[in-house]
Amino acid sequence: MSVANAGFPLLTVTAALPAAGAVVTAAVPAARRGAAKWLALLFSLATLVFALVVLARFDPGGSRYQLTESHSWIADFGVRYELGVDGIGAVLIALTALLLPFIVGAAWHDADELEPARPNRRWRPTQGFFALMLATEAMVIVSFAATDVFLFYVFFEAMLIPMYFLIGGFGDRAHAAGEEEGAKQRSYAAVKFLLYNLAGGLIMLAAVIGLFVVTSDQLGEGTFSLQQIAQARANGDLTMGTGIERLLFLGFFFAFAVKAPLWPLHTWLPNAMGEATAPVAVLITAVVDKVGTFAMLRFCLGLFPEASKWATPVVLVLALVSILYGALLAVGQRDIKRLIAYASISHFGFIILGVFAMTSQGQSGATLYMVFHGVSTAALMLVAGFLISRRGSRLIADYGGVQKVAPVLAGTFLVGGLATLSLPGLAPFVSEFLVLVGTFSRYPVAGIVATAGIVLGALYILLMYQRTMTGPVEKPEVRAMPDLRVREVAVAAPLVALLLFLGIFPKPVADIVNPSVEHTMSDVHKKDPKPDHQVAETGWFDYKPAEHAGGDHK
Amino acid sequence: MESLIGLLVGFPLLGAAVLLCGGRKLDRSGHWLGVLLSGASFVTGVVLFAGMLGKPTDQRALHQHLFTWVPVESFQANVAFQLDQLAMTFVLLITGVGTLIHIYSVGYMEHDVGRRRFFGYLNLFLAAMLLLVLADNYLLLYVGWEGVGLASYLLIGFWQFKPSAAVAAKKAFLVNRVGDAGLAIAIFLMFTTFGSFTFAPVLDNATDAGEGKLTAIGLMLLLAACGKSAQVPLQSWLGDAMEGPTPVSALIHAATMVTAGVYLITRSGAIFNGAPDAQTVVVVVGAVTLLYGAIVGCAKDDIKKALAGSTMSQIGYMVLAAGLGPIGYAFAIMHLVTHGFFKAGLFLGAGSVMHGMNDEVDMRRYGGLRKYMPVTFVTFGLGYLAIIGFPGLSGFFSKDQIIEAAFAKGGTQGWILGAVTLVGAAITAYYMTRVMLMTFFGEERWKGQENEPHPHESPKIMTVPMIVLAFGSVFAGGLFKAGESFVHWLEPVTQFEHGHSPVSAAAVTGATVVALLLGVGGAWLQYGRRPVPSVAPRGSLLTRAARRDLLQDDINHAVLVKPGEYLTRGLVYADNKVVDGAVNGTAAAFGGLSGRTRRVQNGFVRSYAVSMFGGAAVLVAATLLMRAV
Amino acid sequence: MSPVNYVYLAAVLFTIGAAGVLIRRNAIVVFMCIELMLNAANLTLVAFSRIHGNLDGQIMAFFVMVVAAAEVVVGLAIIVMMYRSRHSASVDDASLMKL
Repeated sequence: MSVANAGFPLLTVTAALPAAGAVVTAAVPAARRGAAKWLALLFSLATLVFALVVLARFDPGGSRYQLTESHSWIADFGVRYELGVDGIGAVLIALTALLLPFIVGAAWHDADELEPARPNRRWRPTQGFFALMLATEAMVIVSFAATDVFLFYVFFEAMLIPMYFLIGGFGDRAHAAGEEEGAKQRSYAAVKFLLYNLAGGLIMLAAVIGLFVVTSDQLGEGTFSLQQIAQARANGDLTMGTGIERLLFLGFFFAFAVKAPLWPLHTWLPNAMGEATAPVAVLITAVVDKVGTFAMLRFCLGLFPEASKWATPVVLVLALVSILYGALLAVGQRDIKRLIAYASISHFGFIILGVFAMTSQGQSGATLYMVFHGVSTAALMLVAGFLISRRGSRLIADYGGVQKVAPVLAGTFLVGGLATLSLPGLAPFVSEFLVLVGTFSRYPVAGIVATAGIVLGALYILLMYQRTMTGPVEKPEVRAMPDLRVREVAVAAPLVALLLFLGIFPKPVADIVNPSVEHTMSDVHKKDPKPDHQVAETGWFDYKPAEHAGGDHK
Repeated sequence: MESLIGLLVGFPLLGAAVLLCGGRKLDRSGHWLGVLLSGASFVTGVVLFAGMLGKPTDQRALHQHLFTWVPVESFQANVAFQLDQLAMTFVLLITGVGTLIHIYSVGYMEHDVGRRRFFGYLNLFLAAMLLLVLADNYLLLYVGWEGVGLASYLLIGFWQFKPSAAVAAKKAFLVNRVGDAGLAIAIFLMFTTFGSFTFAPVLDNATDAGEGKLTAIGLMLLLAACGKSAQVPLQSWLGDAMEGPTPVSALIHAATMVTAGVYLITRSGAIFNGAPDAQTVVVVVGAVTLLYGAIVGCAKDDIKKALAGSTMSQIGYMVLAAGLGPIGYAFAIMHLVTHGFFKAGLFLGAGSVMHGMNDEVDMRRYGGLRKYMPVTFVTFGLGYLAIIGFPGLSGFFSKDQIIEAAFAKGGTQGWILGAVTLVGAAITAYYMTRVMLMTFFGEERWKGQENEPHPHESPKIMTVPMIVLAFGSVFAGGLFKAGESFVHWLEPVTQFEHGHSPVSAAAVTGATVVALLLGVGGAWLQYGRRPVPSVAPRGSLLTRAARRDLLQDDINHAVLVKPGEYLTRGLVYADNKVVDGAVNGTAAAFGGLSGRTRRVQNGFVRSYAVSMFGGAAVLVAATLLMRAV
Repeated sequence: MSPVNYVYLAAVLFTIGAAGVLIRRNAIVVFMCIELMLNAANLTLVAFSRIHGNLDGQIMAFFVMVVAAAEVVVGLAIIVMMYRSRHSASVDDASLMKL
């Protein structure tokens, strides 16, 4: 363990690239802010290339953590700089790197309004905006790759800084209540975001320290390394008392539940997503929040399996409440972006449900859900952002009949919406169905209650589409609305294509995720429930009608 | 041979992709591409059919495994097709009627700016519907199931600028989603029961699972069927769906998509056979809808809504037959096919009438049109004779079989069902005669109106498909009945048992004819002998209720929509005030506390000094005290 | 004479100094009172040094003197500046350091 593997530090480079990009972008002189945009795009694309290399180099059949790097960092406290990805981390890094170029592309002109009339050496909003995005990306990637709890914690918290400025400093100008009220709302949303996540993070810090105390008590030398802890667990060197384990679990879980966000810790998300510009909202919900659900899978279940099982009933109930509550509130929203935010809360409920159902289908489904929800929300939210930028209003009631004047915009919006309501053929369906089937096979009632979510999902999406896109064109602002521009099509079309592709052929992603989920399942010592009347095989090609005895599946 | 199956779905899917993504370049000729690819799919179907006929009965089923879709441990979903006799029947119906309606639409939609989009949606529908019937597992069937729902949504709302169309589309999708949730739960149940949701293993082993499980699965499948096939209690969307262009009503909301529920029940026959309770519920749903649709059909003045009521009612017959078990499956499908012909023909005829009447749908403003539209009149008339079950035409054979099977159910149930189907037959004859008389006979009530229409026959491109369908309406039933060919064809898939009716076949036929004559006579007395008022009279309580679809929307509104609105509004308020309020309240409490404490910082050096001395004194005292203890 | 008496004297001086700091408003007087308290502390240091018979306390006293000298320099400078800007040496007039 102590010796880092000698290979190329791929993960470090993947994370360092956007960090370097942030520095370079921030340093672009004021007069050349156009160059800053292109640099940001370039760096995000280069990161994508490296993330794809990570994905390609990852061997699903290989050991649990791959591409590992390990260096001592704070030796006195056993803190190490340890990176490594399992299948779940690999696909989430790929998701992050994939979405960033689209976010940058969609945000191309978002900071222009903030530019001072005359070039100013010290106030360079465009540079800052894109640099903050890249910085966030770097931190998210480290969070997904960290196998040292302390390292994870540092980046989990540090992420708040750029996000705070992105929400508060570069928020949505399209505000119904006027410029001044808008600024007030923005800063309220940013502070709320920061306080919520900071509160969660500090409680987690206490649990992190607790973990150190427990390990140093029992192993003689404290450690934060996931692998070392797992090994000590397996050897029987490390046994946590039930009470301690539950307390530590709660500390970690609280932080992740805020980030995810789980009902009733969700109220920061609608404010943050409503007040941020659409690309930043995508960054929040599609990328940053995924760290929360990812960390539940990796840290809560991995470090505290018994406590996770102890907490499952409560978590499942909260997840179900999130699903239905988020969906019902989405139905009642009048603001497009807040509607999508509540829809996301509902979807995060599904992810958490899948994680804690503790079945292969549930957890694979939850992981795929993280990826696919990222793509579908990006498609829906970015197109919504294009729509809002045309009219300068976020209120649903200010639109109507857009389909008539801007059919391509309406079409992509509809596809994004259909993905959000989990239409088969589009990616989110696969993950949602897996989560539901995985939940149902262990907790039938929870599965059925969650299924109600798919009906409500159709309701809020189609209501929004009906009110914004259909009907007669009555408002002059709508009549003058241009259709999607080339840059906007370049952002929306690949996302739509990806939704279709992953909906029809999700196997490559599933194949990477499945073995890692099996590891998590063995962490919590859970096996899939067996069917009551197992039939021999599932495919027709190797199905023999004559023999239908209860064969064991692997 | 197997590899052709994929093409059945592939052709229309390609068409949809090209037409929807192709852009304005395709506006001028895109519709012909749609027709071509739909036709190609039909030809492929015919080739496969010919190949199938050449094989012995038990080897006719074909499989094609395309790729593994979602593999997660024991959950193995494949994209794989299964073409057996049941699927083949549907393939020919869907592609055949579909192609005819494509051709018809070329004329019907000629002046519509969105024609390319329309054909794209139609092709999308064909692809989804074929996927539905060709899937070899329930999950892939679910894909097709929601796919047709999407196509239906897009096509009902095709004229999106009309708010009523947009609302109807949304309503259809939502009501269908409730049914879809049922199908999803059925799949969950299959997975937890059998570890699989592929047809062959599940259906072959269904009896192992025990009646309780099968009943649960069966009821969930029935819920799905109710949604898709507009059966009570999920029937409310079909009437509103008539907002879509008429070819859509003909293809999707009459001939094919709405019959998917019957397909699902028939396909899952093995499950229902093991769950008599579920079967009883199926039969009850079918019987109730049969009467419900028929009654609604009697009161509607909108020609399309009258036909929609009729569709609901006819599918009620099919569902009822499917609920009877092996004695009824084949007849359900037979009626489904003949209904596909004559109902599509009737809708196309209605479209042709509307085409000539400035898109007027109110039958009270029709009348005497037979002179102006002879081809439409004849084809519509043949469809009419077929649907009311005029002896010798398609509907006669297929409906008669169902009535017979209903009696054969045995016991009191058999008598009740038989009676219901007979009453249904009489009402069918009544409302269809009413439609016929109001449209083609009587005074020319459209004369002298503002923008008086100039009724004229539709162009050939529209009448030819109508003529072809009329042929089907006339001859299909006889063809199927001859030598029980249809039953034998389906038997390997659906099984077949001869029901033993307490009433002789001849008696049933006689009773059917009597019911028919009663219905026709009643309509003649009311609408043939007397002139039809061009403004609807107030009517009896039942008539008024039937005009409002027997209050279905009022009930849904009161039970679901209103409480739902209050709930969401309440929750939005609560989220702001309670959930967020708790957090903001904590923040405010801390703020208030710090406001108090900061008053201590008054800026006077001497007060700081006092607190310092005080603190020091307390410390010293504490130290001394500790020492002393 | 018993060295303990010096401790008593120191206590008295300290009390006078403390009372002066708390009661007087003139910055110079307050300042002198602080010096008085410092010297009281010095006196105890030296007295205890004598009582215990080692030099630690006396060395400590030298340190205190050095610090006190430095403090006088800074303190007087501040007072002079304050007087220049507000023409008053009252400590109650300078109450700007509050929230």
